[in-house]
Amino acid sequence: MSITTVFESVLAALVLGLALWTIAVRETYSATVGFVAYGLMVALIWVGLDAIDVALTEAAIGGGLGGIVLLGAAARLRDTESTAAETPNRMVRLGAAALSAAIAAALAIAILLLPDAAPTLAPAAVANAAATGLANPVTNVLMAFRGMDTALEKVVLLLAIVGVWSLASDQAWGGRPGPHHEADPNGVLAFLARLLPPVGIVIGVYILWTGADHPGGAFQGGAVLASMWLLVIMAGLADTPPASSRRLRLVLVAGPGLFFLVGLGGLCFGAAFLAYPIAHAKPLILGIETAMLLTIAATLALLLAGAPERSVPR
Amino acid sequence: MLPPAPMSATTAGGFLLVLSIVLPVAGVLLAFALGDRYVRLVAFTIMPLGLAIAAALVLALPRGGGHLVYLLGAWPPPLGVALHADGLSAVMIAATAVVIPAVAVYAAPEFRPAAAARAPAAFWMLLLAIWGALNAIFVGGDLFTLYVALELLTFATVPLVSLDGRAETLQAALRYLLFALLGSVLYLAGTALLYGLYGALDIVLLSRRADAQLGTLIAAALMTTGLLAKTALFPLHLWLPPAHAGAPAAASAILSGLVVKGSLFIVIRLWFDVMRGLPGFAAAHVLGALGATAIIFGSVVALRQERLKLLIAYSTLAQIGYLFLMFPLAFDVSGDLKRGGALAGGVLQAISHATAKAAMFMAAGSIYAGLGHDRITGLNGVARAQPLSVLTFALGGVALMGVPPSGASLAKDLLLQAAAETEQWWWTILLQAGGVLTAAYVVLVLAHALAPPDKPIALRGAVPRICDLAALVLALCSLLLGLMPWASYLPIPQGGMSNPLGIDALSKLLLPVLGGTVLAILLSPWPHPLALNAVERMIAPLRRACLGFGRLVEAVDDVLRQWPAASMSLLLVALLLGTLMFAGA
Repeated sequence: MSITTVFESVLAALVLGLALWTIAVRETYSATVGFVAYGLMVALIWVGLDAIDVALTEAAIGGGLGGIVLLGAAARLRDTESTAAETPNRMVRLGAAALSAAIAAALAIAILLLPDAAPTLAPAAVANAAATGLANPVTNVLMAFRGMDTALEKVVLLLAIVGVWSLASDQAWGGRPGPHHEADPNGVLAFLARLLPPVGIVIGVYILWTGADHPGGAFQGGAVLASMWLLVIMAGLADTPPASSRRLRLVLVAGPGLFFLVGLGGLCFGAAFLAYPIAHAKPLILGIETAMLLTIAATLALLLAGAPERSVPR
Repeated sequence: MLPPAPMSATTAGGFLLVLSIVLPVAGVLLAFALGDRYVRLVAFTIMPLGLAIAAALVLALPRGGGHLVYLLGAWPPPLGVALHADGLSAVMIAATAVVIPAVAVYAAPEFRPAAAARAPAAFWMLLLAIWGALNAIFVGGDLFTLYVALELLTFATVPLVSLDGRAETLQAALRYLLFALLGSVLYLAGTALLYGLYGALDIVLLSRRADAQLGTLIAAALMTTGLLAKTALFPLHLWLPPAHAGAPAAASAILSGLVVKGSLFIVIRLWFDVMRGLPGFAAAHVLGALGATAIIFGSVVALRQERLKLLIAYSTLAQIGYLFLMFPLAFDVSGDLKRGGALAGGVLQAISHATAKAAMFMAAGSIYAGLGHDRITGLNGVARAQPLSVLTFALGGVALMGVPPSGASLAKDLLLQAAAETEQWWWTILLQAGGVLTAAYVVLVLAHALAPPDKPIALRGAVPRICDLAALVLALCSLLLGLMPWASYLPIPQGGMSNPLGIDALSKLLLPVLGGTVLAILLSPWPHPLALNAVERMIAPLRRACLGFGRLVEAVDDVLRQWPAASMSLLLVALLLGTLMFAGA
């Protein structure tokens, strides 16, 4: 038994254990902590499977930003939890467990039945890399072969912002999202908020830039930038911009907007919608990705900040 | 019908498919960037363009041999993503392009840009987003693109439910979000399995590769169940009544009329195109049986509602059930799935319901705005105060009952014909009962609305005439749908179409109305103006029994709409479908 096998077995056991614990534990807060740890472990599994792009995303969203949202929600629910004492009876719980186990078994059977030499499009994606000049096949799939899906996903993110903002009160609509944070200007948080962002910004931009040829890309880079911005906001060093700010709104639509503009350029002057001319493919894709980096960073941070709460004088 | 050959090239007119998605989405981006003051203006600039694209698409389709294809980025599948439209896509796009502008005209006065701009700004952006998402669903040729479109649709719909910000609508929106996401997870799991089995996500490629092996059937069961949760087929409907009844009227019209048809359309794609009947006759019967139960439950509970908007929401539940009767009826005697009259009837019914139900919700919204409430027993005299709204409601109801020349009547004929051809007589009973039950709740509402008022009605607020007219146009659309040239788009078998204006048209109006009146008297618990005292005394024991039955149905419905029961039903439906598919294969 090699070291790798031991490591993988331990990791698998840990993931399963965390999953079971997340389901079994009573308090929402503990379950959330379990879930965040689970997300980080799953990211390690993706690393083991050589899917570094997926691992980065899973760590950034499943473990990082998603974890912050869930922990915030759990903290808010904590006070009400003792009053909401509506636990299903034993029969219901047994029934639900049996049904869930049956579905899990069906999924397991389906996965075990998958052909051993899995039919895959990976070689095709690698073979066609020349058309874009980018060496990372994942970026090529996201930006070229399945560009429409990526562009529409960014619109989903924008709709999420609209949805969160629509929860604001009528007076606060257009105001600054989230509460105003105040931290000790000489405390640890403020210190970190001054220290980390310069490094974080470089890392975020690097992840985007290296994503052209190596694992990385706009989403992972954007998640890093978002966390830096949030850190500065939580330390009270900066405030969230008003939701009605024109500049903010332009940043929030920049990614999908530029994507669709380039796509329409292809429809009018090129081979097809979302087709890039080979000579300019790489700069076009990197340009779109840069816009998406900003959009994703702003979107993720604002999703975490929440609905507008403080109206700004017009 | 999807093209038989793999699509290696974009067809002429294929760019219309791209525009049908990109135009509304561009509207969302533009509206968001320009800010609250211009949102409505952007929406009304996009509307005529979207209508023109839909019209061009409908005209281009027959010239393109019944299908249009567009290869995005000029990459052919399986590596790239193709959009394609067939007759089904075309008619659904056309219906969407009619309903959304009509609802927009209706909503324009209520959601005008103003100081408190939250609801208006969100409404117009979400409306455009729903349009783009639905078009993406109708022309998406790839299972993952369809998933993205579904998410787009869900995220555009959920905020609409809680637009007025009351606590109970927030709860309804959260309920909808969570259940819809459960559905998404199941759909996505199935999609991933199919990619693992066949190395493609393109619908045409999958339809040639898919075979009846266990993994495929498990994927089909998971995906179908996920989509049923998003369509709110009984017993997965816990989110529908509060969401559709709590949203603003214009939003309810879109939610009930169009949004549930999006996930239904993907079920159709899955069963008729990707799998080509692989799920089998037995599993199709499960869908039919759930649909049948939905018709009974939805209609009976609708008759027991106190509020008009909830009645219409439960009517949607019943109508969704009606749509699923097409699945068993599409299997012929030898057990093969046919793209024939049953499919055409189902899609036609979906379109009829889209137009009629949107109109009915809009009429209900006008009545609510006028009276300040929508209690059915308090509607007395509203026909005199708001004649246009009541007329719209009545026409929408008549169209839904299946009175010629409505689309629902043509749909019913097609489904009845399919039932006769495939020797499945038992569905005939439900097809007929559906019309009678629909008539029951329409008659119930009209009986109250037409009754003389106890005291003169003082209207709270005047509804602009243009709102009523928009709703009326939609109701008339639904009523005249049967006269459209459907045969170029839907697989309608030759002959067997009854004359829409003949003598049997009259019987098709009278029989449901009479049957419906009886049912309304028997099943509605509220004191209503229909029954005369003498008659009432005579039928008292029977009515008591029927009311007991209604109470029972409502109690069961209450249990099924709790989280434990609903989520267990979800798993149970998945297991049942999977088992029957495997047994039938």
